[in-house]
Amino acid sequence: MSIDIDTARKVAKLARIRVEEEALPALAQQLSGILGFMEQLNEVDVEGVEPMVSVTPMRLKRRADVVTDGNIQEQILKNAPDAREGFFAVPKVVE
Amino acid sequence: MLDLTTTAPKPKVIAGAKHDWELVIGMEIHAQVSSNAKLFSGASTQVGAEPNSNVAFVDAAMPGMLPVINEFCVEQAVRSGLGLKAQINLRSAFDRKNYFYPDLPQGYQISQLYHPIVGEGEVLVEMGPGVARKVRIERIHLEQDAGKSIHDMDPTMSFVDFNRTGVALMEIVSRPDIRGPEEAAAYVVKLRQILRYLGTCDGNMQNGNLRADVNVSVCRPGQYEKYQETQDFSHLGTRCELKNMNSMRFIQMAIDYEARRQIAILEDGGTITQETRLYDPDRNETRSMRSKEEAHDYRYFPCPDLLPLEIEQAWVDGIAASMPELPDAKKARFMGDFGLTDYDANVLTADLENAAFFEAVAQGRDGKQAANWVINELFGRLNKEGRAIGDSPLSAAQLGGVLDLIGSGEISGKMAKDLFEILWTEGGNPAEVAAARGMKQVTDTGAIEAALDALIAANPEQVEKAKVNAKLAGWFTGQVLKSTGGKANPAVVNALVAQKLGL
Amino acid sequence: MSANSWTIAAARDALRKGEISALDLTMSCLTAIDAADGLNAFVHKTPELALDQARAADVRLKAGEAPAMCGIPLGIKDLFCTKGVPSQAASNILKGFRPEYESTVTEKLFGAGAVMLGKLNMDEFAMGSSNESACYGNVTSPWRRGNDTAALTPGGSSGGSAAAVAADLCLAATGTDTGGSIRQPAAFTGITGIKPTYGRVSRWGIVAFASSLDQAGPMTKSVRDAAIFLTAMSGHDPKDSTSADLAVPDFEAALTGDIRGKKIGIPREYRLDGIPAEIDALWQKGIEMMRDAGAEIVDISLPHTKYALPAYYVIAPAEASSNLARYDGVRYGHRAKLAQGDGITEMYEKTRAEGFGPEVQRRIMVGTYVLSAGFYDAYYNRARKVRALIKRDFEQAFAAGIDAILTPATPSAAFGLGEMASADPVEMYLNDVFTVTVNLAGLPGISVPVGLDKQGLPLGLQLIGRPWEEGDLLNHAYVLEQAAGFVSKPRKWW
Repeated sequence: MSIDIDTARKVAKLARIRVEEEALPALAQQLSGILGFMEQLNEVDVEGVEPMVSVTPMRLKRRADVVTDGNIQEQILKNAPDAREGFFAVPKVVE
Repeated sequence: MLDLTTTAPKPKVIAGAKHDWELVIGMEIHAQVSSNAKLFSGASTQVGAEPNSNVAFVDAAMPGMLPVINEFCVEQAVRSGLGLKAQINLRSAFDRKNYFYPDLPQGYQISQLYHPIVGEGEVLVEMGPGVARKVRIERIHLEQDAGKSIHDMDPTMSFVDFNRTGVALMEIVSRPDIRGPEEAAAYVVKLRQILRYLGTCDGNMQNGNLRADVNVSVCRPGQYEKYQETQDFSHLGTRCELKNMNSMRFIQMAIDYEARRQIAILEDGGTITQETRLYDPDRNETRSMRSKEEAHDYRYFPCPDLLPLEIEQAWVDGIAASMPELPDAKKARFMGDFGLTDYDANVLTADLENAAFFEAVAQGRDGKQAANWVINELFGRLNKEGRAIGDSPLSAAQLGGVLDLIGSGEISGKMAKDLFEILWTEGGNPAEVAAARGMKQVTDTGAIEAALDALIAANPEQVEKAKVNAKLAGWFTGQVLKSTGGKANPAVVNALVAQKLGL
Repeated sequence: MSANSWTIAAARDALRKGEISALDLTMSCLTAIDAADGLNAFVHKTPELALDQARAADVRLKAGEAPAMCGIPLGIKDLFCTKGVPSQAASNILKGFRPEYESTVTEKLFGAGAVMLGKLNMDEFAMGSSNESACYGNVTSPWRRGNDTAALTPGGSSGGSAAAVAADLCLAATGTDTGGSIRQPAAFTGITGIKPTYGRVSRWGIVAFASSLDQAGPMTKSVRDAAIFLTAMSGHDPKDSTSADLAVPDFEAALTGDIRGKKIGIPREYRLDGIPAEIDALWQKGIEMMRDAGAEIVDISLPHTKYALPAYYVIAPAEASSNLARYDGVRYGHRAKLAQGDGITEMYEKTRAEGFGPEVQRRIMVGTYVLSAGFYDAYYNRARKVRALIKRDFEQAFAAGIDAILTPATPSAAFGLGEMASADPVEMYLNDVFTVTVNLAGLPGISVPVGLDKQGLPLGLQLIGRPWEEGDLLNHAYVLEQAAGFVSKPRKWW
């Protein structure tokens, strides 16, 4: 599987990582190399094999419907790059 | 129980410039699960709190935080599934839906794409007496709600609040079985009613606790039937999704607009692009949400922080055993047991509290009369004052007491209305109030006879006229009632007049 | 021998006897740390916290109610969130982040009286095998090739932990292992590192790399220390849905030194072409040691071994691409400076381009690609199926009576920093060839130092155990350790 420049651009966009146009060919090449390595998986006969869902089969843990957390606004906001009036502030989102 | 067999309503037909078109509608309802805590954290679901205060570290997606599921939210989803006569999947699993948005702190929403907790079910949507659309439910899955972005607090910044982030939602997905705007609204009403009966969602649409995404397409008559036969979507038109509708009226207006928009394009030789659109109620139009469409690839995959959710049949059975009576059953029972009309039964079962009030009034009394009083007098009065049944000044026992006084003939219908008024404003025990106010029909035939005899003696010409034309006997009844100050029982007077005049 | 070079076991006994105070023990480590900046292992030092904890430990020790880890000075990998202390997974994107919470593991350790000396360098987000991708710069191994002064890698991703333990800057350190990140650096630096069964140690509060593979474990100077440390950090955590609700045995008590009659599996698929003869010879030596100890050596087959690496490099980046989506500049860490007119998308793209290093970016993009529409089944789902087959290989071996599996830990000794710079990413990934299978199958695995190569660099062997049988695995490792008698230490040059 060879990744072309357009695909590399699309993937970077999906991943929300800015990649300069001139860096795309190298990225495409690297991704192609890595994905080429993964092509080996096609040699395996996986007919009838269920994908692995959990490492150790056990019952999913549950919590009771009780409020045990929250009311820690200060701690929630403490590390924010930009917090105002109890909110996180981000550049205007245009819908 | 009464068997309510129904026939399907006719689909809505829209006449285009060239020919007729039909609508095909499917819906995805997002219903907020009624619970104390969030789906995967111990933070509160309460609304109206300070921003970012009902937030745990996991809700804010702090590094290293992990989800643990709230068992009650699972129970609520199962209960909802049972209420929609749906398949409950004993094994389901959570997937991550990946996308970037400031109010989605994890960068993914935990949802259930591949293995939802609830499978196929159905909802009966009544469109008139004996006319109902059976809408098939495809699935219900549990997922996290997103937070809230506020765009109007600052000219250049959006403000983000995670109080809602991680609250449990049920996404209820229907098949494209809805055939018109009115049916769509009625479907939402019915679903909301069922969820409220179940106590799994409060149905508050204003707060966004119940909101709908509506998929609309149009097709030529006959195409839909081909789809129904084959379940092959290629017989249907391309659909557009109208996002986040939270009013029944807007749902109808938006569908109507969207259908006409699509028809215009098709009749013009164009094609419909599958896309997400937003309805603007101010302009009554839908417009494309290109920002949402752009590069949408959610990269769903099983959430590795959670194991598959396995529930036990016995647990499901326990929930099933504790299910309340649902709207369809209650309606059938009201019609069967109390002899209500279809209309009255609908009105009285629309809301659980109304139904309970009615039932308390009707128990052991004349059901039809109880329905009339509850609907016309009580609901009328509540509506006038903008009150809910919960704060009715009149209790079911009081209204029942009024009906008992009518039933025993102690008071007339007219008196009962007066008594209702007094009880509404001043309260009290109906029988005692009636007695204290001298509200008592005269049923003593002796007194009525005496008055009637005097009347007959004084008006021989009226007697003659009445003997020729029996209708004129009513004059004597009226006079007697007048002379007794309205306290005489009209039925008793009528009988006596007929007897005395030999009619 | 100064106290910082002691084992946990030795220190524990000395502390309990009152031969040394936790304070003095801690001071000796702090002194060693300050003299070892050249290794770049400790990246956030917490001497004040350490001294406070040491004083508190001394109180408990005096009261005679001290658990085994009480007063033991440790280094903590930067991947663990430690309350009020920078925790940034060696990434610029978490610059300045000080968690308001304590990871379950560090909370357990502190609860047991352990002392935190500071945070340890690592590969950014634990992605790497050479500790060359940290925002803090490379870690230099305390080991050198003979008299050559070329800087070597301590391995990765827990490279800071390995270097710190090997250089006696602390008694032991926490590590995390997603594809070999405890075992490979342990092997490169001549120390012991165990990755427990998936679910044995809580992941809560540890910055996630690949959730279905990540597992924390101890990096120590001896197998006994690994047993003591693992006992303290293990246990069920209701906050981690993948944590197993199982009792934690006293792993130290399992170290009987007796493996007579045990069956040791030697997987033929681990004999790779192009592996240095020294590695092969070491493996043979290990086999003989186990045989001499009375174990039965059994040739076994794990047929899907070859596909572990490609499966791993689908699954791990896929999970990582999603796990690392939260680093978006909104709630914590780095946010890029924006230009006039930049919107939210620019904020995301610039923040993530500036905050993540090249290897992390590469893996996020690989993960994004393999999960994207049209490729999910071909890559991700297929990899999960192959993963199931790899797990089944092990299950069949254990079902046939195998008690432990012996393999090399790494395909080579430590290489020089920068030596792999021109290699393509896949070549670097080959470092994990012997270790990833264990993560994919969720099994416990331990790396034990067994010898030196001809340049004087440590080499390790790996033992793989049955799920939840860390005690038995540690006992096998203990036997290997005793037989190998590995006592070499790096010559102090820093």
